[in-house]
Amino acid sequence: MIEIVVGLFLIFIVMASIIAIETKDLLSAVVAFGAVGAFCSIIYLLVGAPDIAITQLVVEVLSLVILIRATIRRDLTTIDEDRDFFGLVATLAILFIFFLFGIEALRWLPEFGTPAFVLNSSAPTNRYLLNGLRETGAANIVSAVLLDYRGYDTLGEATVLFTSILGALAILRIYARKRRK
Amino acid sequence: MIYYLCFLVFLIGVYGAICKKNIVKIILGLMLMEYAVNLFIVLVGYRKGGIAPIINKSMSLSEFVSKSVDPLPQAFVLTSIVIGLGILSLMVAVAIRLYERYGTFDITEMKKLRG
Repeated sequence: MIEIVVGLFLIFIVMASIIAIETKDLLSAVVAFGAVGAFCSIIYLLVGAPDIAITQLVVEVLSLVILIRATIRRDLTTIDEDRDFFGLVATLAILFIFFLFGIEALRWLPEFGTPAFVLNSSAPTNRYLLNGLRETGAANIVSAVLLDYRGYDTLGEATVLFTSILGALAILRIYARKRRK
Repeated sequence: MIYYLCFLVFLIGVYGAICKKNIVKIILGLMLMEYAVNLFIVLVGYRKGGIAPIINKSMSLSEFVSKSVDPLPQAFVLTSIVIGLGILSLMVAVAIRLYERYGTFDITEMKKLRG
């Protein structure tokens, strides 16, 4: 049952992403991209990941604001999208080869609905699930993993976020300094 | 079947990142790739009939372990989503600067390599 529902939402995601890539108007492309993020959030909610669903929704709203800031009030929003024919054919051929390799790789995965930690009893997830509440005191195992077992990852994430915001501010600031001269 | 649809979204993202001339479309393609990979990793950790990995009192620990979905990919994807926002803001900043410099989003018009 849940496979069908998730599959339907994934088909919606495929359609929205095709619209986002192929439409001429930049603003509607950005809005279609927002639809992709919203559908992702619904899928996360369905497969038992409420933390990710909330985060995805917040991040999607923020990225939509950032992208609309980039695209609004730009005069030339439509560009005729034809690159040279040979390049397109070469790209599609490479994508097709990539597609074949991907299908071959996906055949080796376990069936949808049987995660790896069920099949392999030495997976770290088993330890987190069994001892998470006792060792960290967090009822939510995701936050136990995120903030306790792998806390350095989260520290690195905060560093990356801070650095990227610093970089974005530095890139946007140069123009203002030049103009003042 | 579900994994293949995720892979299809990833391929659409690759196509957008490689074939499009508009720089906003390239950014959207890259972000689509990221979303597809995040979705795929979370779906790999799903267990049939599983519940969210949050312990409540009405359930014994062994029952919880036998029903919960995989929390490890969820923790990683949570990190990845937030980092994706940082990547997006950086790319959009570069795109805005390029627009101010060249007056267009078309990457074939940006020919002057000197800063």
